[in-house]
Amino acid sequence: MSSLRVTDEQVSTTPAKVIQPAWVRIMHWINALAMILMILSGWQIYNASPLFGFSFPRDYTLGGWLGGGLLWHFAAMWLLMVNGLAYLVTGFATGRFRKKLLPITASGVLHDVRAALTFKLGHDDLTVYNYVQRLLYAGIILVGVLIVLSGLGMWKPVQLYYLVMLFGDYPTARYVHFFCMAAICAFLVIHVLLALLVPKSLRAMIIGR
Amino acid sequence: MAKRSFLIPGVDKRLLIKDSLKTMPDVTRRRFIAGGASLGALTLLTGCDVVDSSSADALLAKVSKFNDAVQSFIFNPDALAPTFPESAITKPFPFNAYYDLDDAPEVDGKDWKLEVRGLVDNKKSWTLDELYKLPQFTQITRHICVEGWSAIGSWTGTPLRDFLKFVGADTRAKYVWFQCADKDGYNSPLDMRTALHPQTQMTFKYAGEILPRAYGFPMKIRVPTKLGFKNPKYVVSMEVTNDYKGGYWEDQGYNSFSGS
Repeated sequence: MSSLRVTDEQVSTTPAKVIQPAWVRIMHWINALAMILMILSGWQIYNASPLFGFSFPRDYTLGGWLGGGLLWHFAAMWLLMVNGLAYLVTGFATGRFRKKLLPITASGVLHDVRAALTFKLGHDDLTVYNYVQRLLYAGIILVGVLIVLSGLGMWKPVQLYYLVMLFGDYPTARYVHFFCMAAICAFLVIHVLLALLVPKSLRAMIIGR
Repeated sequence: MAKRSFLIPGVDKRLLIKDSLKTMPDVTRRRFIAGGASLGALTLLTGCDVVDSSSADALLAKVSKFNDAVQSFIFNPDALAPTFPESAITKPFPFNAYYDLDDAPEVDGKDWKLEVRGLVDNKKSWTLDELYKLPQFTQITRHICVEGWSAIGSWTGTPLRDFLKFVGADTRAKYVWFQCADKDGYNSPLDMRTALHPQTQMTFKYAGEILPRAYGFPMKIRVPTKLGFKNPKYVVSMEVTNDYKGGYWEDQGYNSFSGS
């Protein structure tokens, strides 16, 4: 989905403007930590009563046993939710979501997917997201909202019964929670892979430029 | 005084071994000791892991206490757990415990008495026949296990709050603490507000039949606003108390409030 056509010359002639503002960088890395804690402790919890015919390898679970996994999960959830909420509020308030993620058009996405698959999709200007990026970044925000809502519903199915109702019933919320996790893991793999293919994007997420 | 040596400046290595042992599950701990617990073995782990795990545990325990407070805060004593039609009942309803069904307590209903202790006016013990005479109601609710699975069942019995009022319990007390006949001594504290919730029930029947051994004969406390592990079975006594007396699972690290 990306290309390596970027040359050193382009990097050096680009004026040193901020690509990722500090708040985005800070929240991005807090979110990365929270997500990893949530996923690894979530796998521990999943293993206590698997939804499907497989378990996650013990070495990739957090907490040692179900009780430990739950302690991690219900601690890291605060980090994820507080940071996530701050990100959503700031993203809307600063207009970043509107400027960076919109519009998302079907023709734009089709065009960029085709370009990516034929290795013609450039990343010359990191401040502008292509349509594939817009779709994935907007999509993963939506998945993030869904996984938090389904998780909260499962945590408090009586007090927050309207969240459970949103998904139908308690067992359905559990499946939604699982598939959101799967979507986030898939995103994570692609996201990290592409960041490594375009190292200056990784640098921008660390030092901003 | 014995000479102390330090692997990490300021950290006594004997304490380090002791601390790290605490973080191991029992089987691992026994194997680790049997295999000759030594600093050599310990250095296989990174010093960082060893030190951090105990401080992480302390932090996690603090957050769990915080989560107790949050759950207590959002607990609405009038919010009812959803109820279901009979057609929704899970068949067969799973037997679940930390032991096999063969090891479930076999209580003789004729000898059994419910002991009532603590901050109550009438500390009389109750026979099963006496309890059966109390007004009973049926509710079909979802049992949600801490493991994540859930099942819908039909439970019949007396609202705990009616019983507590009847025996003159001090309902300003913090907990009702249940002790049970399970092997290894299951017990569990129930916060008073949940004990007074209209759906919290002293259960004598499952699916219209006398509670079978598998589901907690002679008496279970059905709490649809708590996770399954906070639904005591084979109840022997209840104590109204202001003291937090811990519980079988709570002491092992499950969140104490664990409300729905």
